[in-house]
Amino acid sequence: MKVLAQLLVNGLIAGSMYALAAIGYAMVYSILKFANFANGSVAMVGAYLTFVLCTRLGINVVLAFVLSMLISAFLGVVIDKVAYKPLRQAPKISVLITALALSFILDASVLLIMGAEFKRFPFPIVKGLRLGMVFITPVQVICIATSLFFMLSLHFLLTRTRIGKIIRAVADNPELAAINGLNTDNVISIVFAIGSALAAAAGTLIGMDSVISPAMGFVITIKGFAACVLGGMGSINGAILGSLIMGMVENLGTWFLAGGDARWKTTFAYIVLMLILLIKPAGIFGRKGEARVF
Amino acid sequence: MLKIDNLTKNFGGLRAVDHCSFEVPRGAIYGLIGPNGAGKTTMFNLITGLLKPDEGHVFFNGDPITGLSPYQIAQRGIGRTFQIVRLFSNMTVMENMLLGPRNQYGENPLFALLNPSRVTMQQIKNEKKALKLLEVLGISHLRDAYVKELSYAEQKLVELGRVLMMDPQLILLDEPTAGINPTFANKILNYIRELRDKEGKTFIIVEHNMRVVMNLCERIIVLNYGRKIAEGTPEQIANDPRVIEAYLGV
Amino acid sequence: MLPTGVIIHVLIVICIYAILAIGLNIIMGCAALFTIANAALFGVGAYTSALLALAGFPFWLDILAATFMAGLISFLIGLPTLNLVGDYLAVATMGLGEILVAISRNWDSVTRGPMGLPGIPPASLFGFTFDSPPKFLGLSAALLLVIYLVAERLIYSPFGRVLKGIREDEIAVQALGKNAFWFKMWAFVVGGAFMGTAGSLYAHYLGFIDPSSFTLWIAFFIWSIIILGGLGNNLGAIAASFVFVAMRESLRFLGLPANVTAAIQQIFFGIILIVMMIFAPRGLIPERKYITRYKGDAEDRQSD
Repeated sequence: MKVLAQLLVNGLIAGSMYALAAIGYAMVYSILKFANFANGSVAMVGAYLTFVLCTRLGINVVLAFVLSMLISAFLGVVIDKVAYKPLRQAPKISVLITALALSFILDASVLLIMGAEFKRFPFPIVKGLRLGMVFITPVQVICIATSLFFMLSLHFLLTRTRIGKIIRAVADNPELAAINGLNTDNVISIVFAIGSALAAAAGTLIGMDSVISPAMGFVITIKGFAACVLGGMGSINGAILGSLIMGMVENLGTWFLAGGDARWKTTFAYIVLMLILLIKPAGIFGRKGEARVF
Repeated sequence: MLKIDNLTKNFGGLRAVDHCSFEVPRGAIYGLIGPNGAGKTTMFNLITGLLKPDEGHVFFNGDPITGLSPYQIAQRGIGRTFQIVRLFSNMTVMENMLLGPRNQYGENPLFALLNPSRVTMQQIKNEKKALKLLEVLGISHLRDAYVKELSYAEQKLVELGRVLMMDPQLILLDEPTAGINPTFANKILNYIRELRDKEGKTFIIVEHNMRVVMNLCERIIVLNYGRKIAEGTPEQIANDPRVIEAYLGV
Repeated sequence: MLPTGVIIHVLIVICIYAILAIGLNIIMGCAALFTIANAALFGVGAYTSALLALAGFPFWLDILAATFMAGLISFLIGLPTLNLVGDYLAVATMGLGEILVAISRNWDSVTRGPMGLPGIPPASLFGFTFDSPPKFLGLSAALLLVIYLVAERLIYSPFGRVLKGIREDEIAVQALGKNAFWFKMWAFVVGGAFMGTAGSLYAHYLGFIDPSSFTLWIAFFIWSIIILGGLGNNLGAIAASFVFVAMRESLRFLGLPANVTAAIQQIFFGIILIVMMIFAPRGLIPERKYITRYKGDAEDRQSD
């Protein structure tokens, strides 16, 4: 029972971090109708940026975190302008191939620059805190608190501010929004900026909780995508819910089915993804008819 | 030949087809008219299996075909054209035509590999047939052109040719003369009549051009807001107050 | 000038990738089924062949088994996925492919996991053993020719035409009475089977295989070959295999450590692919145009 509770809590914490990356997917999908496979790699870049700023340049970790988010936001916008924008009218598969190619390029570039070895944030090892039945480390507390903060901020942005309403309008019906005079290009850039910044946050938090490596980009991509499909592609709430479920599934699955071997975590993401695509491709909050031919 | 019984289709809160029933006998040319959004194309989609009805049945030659998949329904001999042309744009006109005939020997990859001479023989036969059709339609000079290079009217003709290559018994035409000049449209209409007279083919035609409908169709079904509001001969329909109101009231 | 040994090695690898590319061309070039499982099927062929050869079975048997196994697994992968649209199909096949790779990495008892299978005996047919690279090149080129001819006949047959129709507009194809799912499945199985054949050749050439040769990156590399060569064009695929494999092998000669070379490849080919997507998404060489064969006389036509 104690083990179960611990696994669930670990799952929720992991899920909340994936959620930040998954939100980026959901937002881009809701407007442009494609899955931005490069998002996980942007998350990884964000993690490395925070690491480098903080350890090599001696910048305060919180400031490094914020800077990394800003730089990643910029990176996301550049990626869109250079690689995705020329393909707006092309079949969806072209932009999918481009996104995959970008993820390979980003992963490989970081590997060349930073090397393939795992890196850790130089936090002091502190004893875990006891919260009822479960243990939770201070880093994990920070992670979940930060994730919650960003999710709530995003919610506030989308529901209470003017720019948020504009974003939702464009996501709901891009053609109508354009006709009504909204500058869809700018909105798209803002969405990429927000999504990439959140991805960088996700990458950094995940890196703080465990390790940073160039390979983590693709892992985040797959888990983020699976979470979105599970929750319903294009729905932010779906992305969050899907991520939390994914986090719990991977922890429970690894423990009970794979003897705790962490290498299987990503495989569980794939299995969840496959099951959803086969049973109900529209996901929990998704609309029918987008995934299947008929 | 075709019997529609109490057919209903809802899209969320909207009832696109509302408990419609009618029958089309063999060798008839029927018209299906109504204001925009009346449910005519939805009706075609329901008959051809692209949509599944929420209520009701479709019978073809006495057999129920409700709920069958589109290719199964087409296999039974129901062909259709689309309101917005659905051609294979990056293929030539002839290739489009050659995709019409059903159950080609060479469509099975094993046969295509192991018995190429028989495949070629059938292919030549089909090409001959296609050429004849293209001549009747006046576009045989375009046979090796890519469809995407054709004008809209030419494309509509190719789509008609392709569905005729299928040799269907029942043909659903969705606005066959839209965008085609009147003289040519007449030629097509005469050809439709000829196909019915000489080969016993049955047609249901969705059209907005009233002159075409009145001249060509022996019986007309009128839809409005998904419901059948009138059925009868062209004279009856022309004088039916409900029909007049439906068109004027929109 | 490069030593002959190097040239022959590169040519053999080109033949193997050309076979992979032709197989993928049937699936993705003609029918537009975006499958990322291709490298995994390459692996299925390689492992089947290797395991059978190590158990003492003759080459002709293990290459046929590899081809068959890859076709069978393609069928199983296709059953749940071929009704999915575009990017969903791609991701589903990616997932299934990765699951296959994970199996090869973790099923230690059979595949020896990351350590791979060494000591695969060389291929031999009718008593003649292909134990030197020039002999193997002859075998590979011969197989490539056979597969090329088979693929060409399929692509330019009514079967191939339906596949292209599915690529253009699947609903229209259905409206013409053709069961699109069946056609897609055939394309998937035949293409997959060819990838298995390539896998068998690969296993017998190197004498050693491990999971790292069948990763997602390789799947992507094969995609880039057919995209460069022109979707649906097999001669283009062979030409593009030549160019890309030669580029890739020449990068190895810089003598850099393995993961650095791999990273440079990914960046290089990734950029090429993005440029191609923006400027020439259907590839550099277009498909051959179909010209009506029947030229009959006017009298001949009127007499019908």
